[in-house]
Amino acid sequence: MIEVKNLNKSFGEAHILKGIDATFHKGKTNLIIGQSGSGKSVFLKCLLGLYNYEQGSIEYDGEVFANLTEDKKRDMRAKIGMVFQGSALFDSLTIEENVMFPLRMFTKLKRNEMRERADIVLKRVNLENAHKKMPSEASGGMQKRVAIARAIVNNPKYLFCDEPNSGLDPKTAIVIDNLIKEITEENNITTVINTHDMNSVMEIGESIMFLKDGLKAWEGSKENIFRTDNEVVTDFVYSSNLFKKVREAVLRENS
Amino acid sequence: MVIEMFRKPTKWSVMRHLILKDIDDLIIGSLGIVSFIGFFVGGVVTIQTALNIDSPLIPKTLIGFATRQSILLEFAPTFMSIIMAGKVGSFITSSIGTMRVTEQIDALEVMGINSLNYLVFPKLVAMAFYPFVISIAMFLGVLGGLMACIYGGYASGDDFITGLQQEFNPFHLTYAFIKTFLFAFILATVPSFHGYYMKGGALEVGKASTTSFVWTSVIIILINYLATQLLLS
Repeated sequence: MIEVKNLNKSFGEAHILKGIDATFHKGKTNLIIGQSGSGKSVFLKCLLGLYNYEQGSIEYDGEVFANLTEDKKRDMRAKIGMVFQGSALFDSLTIEENVMFPLRMFTKLKRNEMRERADIVLKRVNLENAHKKMPSEASGGMQKRVAIARAIVNNPKYLFCDEPNSGLDPKTAIVIDNLIKEITEENNITTVINTHDMNSVMEIGESIMFLKDGLKAWEGSKENIFRTDNEVVTDFVYSSNLFKKVREAVLRENS
Repeated sequence: MVIEMFRKPTKWSVMRHLILKDIDDLIIGSLGIVSFIGFFVGGVVTIQTALNIDSPLIPKTLIGFATRQSILLEFAPTFMSIIMAGKVGSFITSSIGTMRVTEQIDALEVMGINSLNYLVFPKLVAMAFYPFVISIAMFLGVLGGLMACIYGGYASGDDFITGLQQEFNPFHLTYAFIKTFLFAFILATVPSFHGYYMKGGALEVGKASTTSFVWTSVIIILINYLATQLLLS
């Protein structure tokens, strides 16, 4: 479980995060949604320790991240898996080497044991025959799956995903969303996903936090996001005609 | 940056692999261009010197002497380093800069890997072999001069070799290699700094490479001046 209390972050005069409180539960897909510029990425980078913050605290299973020594922070980060928006695969390594990378850095496994483990996770993300390809030879969807495989290969306790299905076609996006949800449940990990894709919200939004101008404007689940009267949320959710119609249908059904 | 760079690596076996890869990229990969330039510039220095000796009172051995001094003292260590700032420096800046732009450095940091140590330290160790490159440039520069002298008909091979050995001061070699080590440090760190701390996208990677080349060259020229003043005057 990750607990965030009163998180404040500024860049010069710009106050980006304004006292955010949040709890991200284990074994659940926790979504952070909001418009571009609402502070989602800054919030995620604060959680990951890539940005320092002025006020507040972030606790990973009771341990305050900021109070840890540099060495302990590195140990803690070894328990974190991250899927970046652009996948962030290492260009100079093959897909298999990318997946084996955390094992090479943090375990004492022999090369064939690492290969076996990489093989298992690549199969898990449905990439059986891509081991020797370079990242530049893989499609966007494949790269995302490799990034997920790399993030989970060392059995992380926490999984962070920054816009995991941006730039993907709707079908591949659903595959990626479901993959993340299944992995979260199978391994009982705390997963935090940053997105502005409403399809993802409907697919895997077990716990949702809505950010607006650096403030937590709403929280709930995919079941009650359609029923909320919070104008800020409805403005965002029903900006597309498709979701407007979905809401009308839901409200009709309820009445 | 320097303190972070010298911290204990996450895993030595991986670091060893990275060092070998950087030796291949930065040192072995530069031998071709260094040999080519060294050989032909050595020949040009000889021809220029020979063509400027008009007086019959000046011995032909001066051609070998002047070639040796030019190549050992300045051409091989300093001007070869300026060329390497373009080749190796741009490679370092653009490769690290691209990693920054594509969030690969963030990926390393999130995993708990000291990215400065992981990316820059192997380059610094690899550049410790840079004097080997400069030795080859020195040897081929003198060889190019000898060939140009003999086949251009400017002097006999004996005269050239006698000139090469004339008034040889071993400290000049020490001076050249002290400069080489300083330049190796600059060639590894300045381009890494420009790549690591760059901001923006693909266009900025190109700009960072150019800026890195300019700054590396400027620093090499200034250090060359200071080292010469301190060591030879």
